[in-house]
Amino acid sequence: MNLFFHIGRYFLLLGEAFSAPERLSLYWKRTVEEIDLLGVRSLGIVALLSVFMGAVITIQTKSNIDSPLIQAWVVGFAARQSTILEFSPTIISLILAGKVGSNIAAEIGSMRVKEQIDALDIMGVNSAGYLILPKVVASVLINPFLIIISMFLSIFGGWVAGIGTGIVSSTDYIQGIQMQFNPYHITYALIKTVVFAVVITTISAYQGYYTSGGTREVGISSTKAVVYSNVVILILNYMLTQLLLI
Amino acid sequence: MIEVQHVSKRFGATQVLTDISAVFETGKVNMIIGKSGSGKSVLAKCIVGLHVPDEGRVLYDGRSFHELAKEEKRQVRQEIGMLFQSSALFDSLTVMENVMFPLKMFATMSESEMRDRAALCLKRVNIVDKERLFPSELSGGMQKRVGIARAIAMNPKYLFVDEPNSGLDPETSIVIDELIKELTQEYGTTTIVITHDMNSVMESGENIVFINEGRIWWQGTKDDLFDSDNKELNQFFFASGLMRTVRQSMKGR
Repeated sequence: MNLFFHIGRYFLLLGEAFSAPERLSLYWKRTVEEIDLLGVRSLGIVALLSVFMGAVITIQTKSNIDSPLIQAWVVGFAARQSTILEFSPTIISLILAGKVGSNIAAEIGSMRVKEQIDALDIMGVNSAGYLILPKVVASVLINPFLIIISMFLSIFGGWVAGIGTGIVSSTDYIQGIQMQFNPYHITYALIKTVVFAVVITTISAYQGYYTSGGTREVGISSTKAVVYSNVVILILNYMLTQLLLI
Repeated sequence: MIEVQHVSKRFGATQVLTDISAVFETGKVNMIIGKSGSGKSVLAKCIVGLHVPDEGRVLYDGRSFHELAKEEKRQVRQEIGMLFQSSALFDSLTVMENVMFPLKMFATMSESEMRDRAALCLKRVNIVDKERLFPSELSGGMQKRVGIARAIAMNPKYLFVDEPNSGLDPETSIVIDELIKELTQEYGTTTIVITHDMNSVMESGENIVFINEGRIWWQGTKDDLFDSDNKELNQFFFASGLMRTVRQSMKGR
């Protein structure tokens, strides 16, 4: 019963958030600010994670397929496939749910407990639209770029680790990342990224928007935002993979 | 004029408001007073539309707010200015941007006209040379005054003020009370102040509604207060002794 209440209220909030903005120019300005806040400022952590995860994937792949029957380029191939299909779109989205999701829930939750959302409502501003829509649009626009950058850096990290440790030659690695490349996998990854971006921003905004109480409750909302976003990402990851790849 | 007709509100099993009816006149400082937990804030939220009453109506110059279409509600809200207990200024915006916010959202004027209007409102509340500061850099009293400037930026017909003196020293409280009274006369607003501060009532109150246990226990003008023999009301006021002093001085005239 409680779950259905929250699902219903979540979709009602989305209905409010996606209704026509009062001033498009003001919403666009906010969207650009959110692109910086949610996207550009996440670039550092995304880059760091991607390089190291690519390196680890390469080393682990090599250590698990150390057989004369398997060709050396398979390491690059496996690194590319793991990165494009799963690591960049899903794991980076999970990381962003932690960083961006908690930020959104805390920001909107603080505004709720400080009566700033009430102030917006009383002015006649659609508070859900003003606060949530720019964040959703910003994430949908910027996250695909973050994920593409992540893909490049992860594969690059794998190459650096491969040749740095001597477990695979540069030629074999590059041959591997070019082998049997299916461009649809990029499409699949970007579809997942966009869906996850909507999940992260809307679930976190929902948790923040309906915060009641004080600073303790803002903290609880932030935690819930991260946990629920992660759970929904994992479930949707499975569903989208079955829908789009099989 | 704002009319509240037979408003009741319940949260779960708790009846918070029961059959509240009151008239808040235009051009006057109307006060909703009562102890903490008496239901005055819930009544105020029902009036401004943040809560929907279970029963009853709230009329803004004859327009039944909760029965209006969404767009009409939004238009009524643009006629409302509100000062919150916490001031509710937007942390990420400067003083000037806070006051300009409702103008940017709804007014059809150029950026420079908006800036001029915001500067005028700030000047009216005696905030000078603070336009570029953020709310966190202001004192509580200044935040309240910026909140008032934002509330009057759109020339409101209705002005709501929630606990204007909470957290303020007595001197600043008097300044805020006087400002509310002056602005009500200047702009001809229907002003509703929610307070438990009897000094505010004495300073600027005209029509008073006393709420206790979710019901109206007494209503009348400030002058009527002195002659009231309502036990609860007297208890509420006599708590600090000031009312007694005032009453004695009035009777002694």
